[in-house]
Amino acid sequence: MSRLNEANTILAKEIIGRYPKARSATIPLLHLSQQQNGYVTNEAIAHVAELVGATSAEVMGTATFYEMFKFQPVGKYLVNICGTMSCQLLGADELMHHAEQTLGVKAGGTTADGMFTLEHAECQAACTEAPNLQVNYRHCHRMTNESFDQLIDDLRAGRLDGDIPPHGTLARVRQTIPAEKAAGVASPDAPVTPAWMPEATS
Amino acid sequence: MSTYPWAAGYIDDGDRPKIVTSRFSLDDGYTLERYHATGGYDGLKAALRRTPGEVHEEVKTATVLGRGGAGFPAGTKWGLMPPGKFPRYLVVNGDESEPGTYKDRLLMERDPHQLIEGCLIAAYAAGLSQVFLYIRGEMPLAHERVGTALNEAYAAGYVGKNILGTNFSVDIVLHWGAGAYVVGEETALIESLEGKRGEPRLKPPYFPAAIGLYGQPTIVNNVETLSNLPWIAVNGAAAYTAIGTATSPGTRMVAVSGHVNRPGVYEIVNGTTTFRDLFYGDEFCQGIRNGNELKAFVPGGGSAPWFTPDQLDLPFEGRLVGAAGSMLGSGAIMVMDHTTDIPKAALTLTHFYAAESCGQCTPGREGGTWLERVLQRVVDGRGSKADLDQLLEIGESICPGNFPHAASSKLGIEATPFPYKMTTICFVGPSAYAPVHSALTLFREEFEAKIVERKHIPVSVGAPDDHH
Ligand SMILES: Cc1cc2nc3c(=O)[nH]c(=O)nc-3n(C[C@H](O)[C@H](O)[C@H](O)COP(=O)(O)O)c2cc1C
Ligand code: SF4
Ligand code: FES
Repeated sequence: MSRLNEANTILAKEIIGRYPKARSATIPLLHLSQQQNGYVTNEAIAHVAELVGATSAEVMGTATFYEMFKFQPVGKYLVNICGTMSCQLLGADELMHHAEQTLGVKAGGTTADGMFTLEHAECQAACTEAPNLQVNYRHCHRMTNESFDQLIDDLRAGRLDGDIPPHGTLARVRQTIPAEKAAGVASPDAPVTPAWMPEATS
Repeated sequence: MSTYPWAAGYIDDGDRPKIVTSRFSLDDGYTLERYHATGGYDGLKAALRRTPGEVHEEVKTATVLGRGGAGFPAGTKWGLMPPGKFPRYLVVNGDESEPGTYKDRLLMERDPHQLIEGCLIAAYAAGLSQVFLYIRGEMPLAHERVGTALNEAYAAGYVGKNILGTNFSVDIVLHWGAGAYVVGEETALIESLEGKRGEPRLKPPYFPAAIGLYGQPTIVNNVETLSNLPWIAVNGAAAYTAIGTATSPGTRMVAVSGHVNRPGVYEIVNGTTTFRDLFYGDEFCQGIRNGNELKAFVPGGGSAPWFTPDQLDLPFEGRLVGAAGSMLGSGAIMVMDHTTDIPKAALTLTHFYAAESCGQCTPGREGGTWLERVLQRVVDGRGSKADLDQLLEIGESICPGNFPHAASSKLGIEATPFPYKMTTICFVGPSAYAPVHSALTLFREEFEAKIVERKHIPVSVGAPDDHH
């Protein structure tokens, strides 16, 4: 089952309803499908396309533009080591080298047990805390060889399960807009002057 | 090892005015309860007691310079939308990915209600009918904090229909990015929000204020820019302009990273704090690591031309820094001490922009790729003197004419001021060149030292068997 399941299809429709045009929900829906399956399947692409009213080719075109979408299974934990300037100045290369040794895979590879995929990544907006890495996009700062080994041990032993969900799950809190509180979408096809705007200042 | 350390990187030391980071030192500053207890949503209430035009005027008077990179005043930007054309949208730029930049993530994680309140004030003042808060995909904690805050704010009646019992109604929709640096560029952000590949649009005609999301007038503002608005709505423009200088009022968040003793994110007084204060001041970075010498620094994000100790006494003021040959950009300062391998540092940045190029325009796509390839060869010790000239030639095809650079007393050269000409659709192409140009202009000898002159292999002019 790699189309969106029933619960996620309901959620998908709710998300689509927040946008003036359904296609705007493409990226959130792709994330939803990646959360469900760990990666984006061809069936999910087709399903998202149906839901947002685009062709599969259009959705695929969008999906492939973005780094976070994976089209094949990856490890339970995606380990992204930052290699941009601030981290580079403080030992990113050495950290990557150590990670490759410890995990026994090169950047881009997945460990045989399917636990870890190692990737070289770009600036993670944590530059003052270099060198940085992210596990499933959760930040780990000021990494050393020792703290890297500890991290891998903890992840293998399940000690960080509460902090770091498996690959695909981004935020564990979703926005909900209660129907009775919603202002409603502002459609480009309905040129309405906002109620609070006096003509003179609009 | 800890994930999610509390406000990692933020340093609150010394006695400076705080506008946007006032709740960062509280460990629950992101909750609605704490936000209320510390004056939260008072700015919205104050704004709703006035007309939208009055609030807009206040923001204009305050001169809130955009914090996303270009430094354009927010109030003035809002005034560029064609009158009477609705709906208009607000797209919040929370894509923070410029190398060295670290502030918007903290603002979203530590004080999401302040950002939401800022969005509401902007929407009220400029007549924006729907808000899309675009957060970089690789920031799940920011998503969780802003998502939770939005849920709280809806429940409390601050967002949605008839806000606080008035006729002001607006939804704020949390949107997820998925990893693409170029999407931070405002027109690419809009493409992405329309569900497409994040390729920048040509300006003109696609200035978002005129033709933005779904072809409608759209304001794109940075997270930090909007986070200033609640304070201004409460305290007034006069209090804001009393901080900083006439041309750079208020405060700014800066991230100082690299080879300093105490790298960190600081809220500084705009326009007066100098780079020397930042690097050596006790309340800031406390000097270069190991007592080393400062070699160079990038003053405004990876795209900014580099400075050397010659520019240490420049204040954090856009015009002065522009005249000195660089830009303040996104408040990201990267410091290199004397041990730094300059060609390699330049390569790291050039690689970033080449890899993140969307591939849409030829000078951007080819230029970046070639710069990286040639530079890699030089860094690997396989380069020739001709390669150094070639780097400048490739740069010339991306940015024809003089490229900005700093003055150097050591080299006896004057500054070439900002800005530059470009042949690309967006600034990613020129950004790939900026580090190469700076490094080659200021530290050419380091490139030359990597070039091993190959001995000429004598080529025989006669028949092969003449060769004995
Ligand atoms: C390649 C590129 C990347 C950018 N990335 C960001 C970004 O991540 N966040 C941001 O706020 N602005 C970014 N900008 C600037 C935006 O285009 C835009 O000027 C800004 O969001 C406007 O908000 P402001 O006026 O409040 O600064 C980027 C610009 C370029 C050219
Ligand atoms: S300069 Fe690069 S990122 Fe910008 S439009 Fe051209 S190819 Fe795309
Ligand atoms: S350079 Fe590594 S987090 Fe910014």
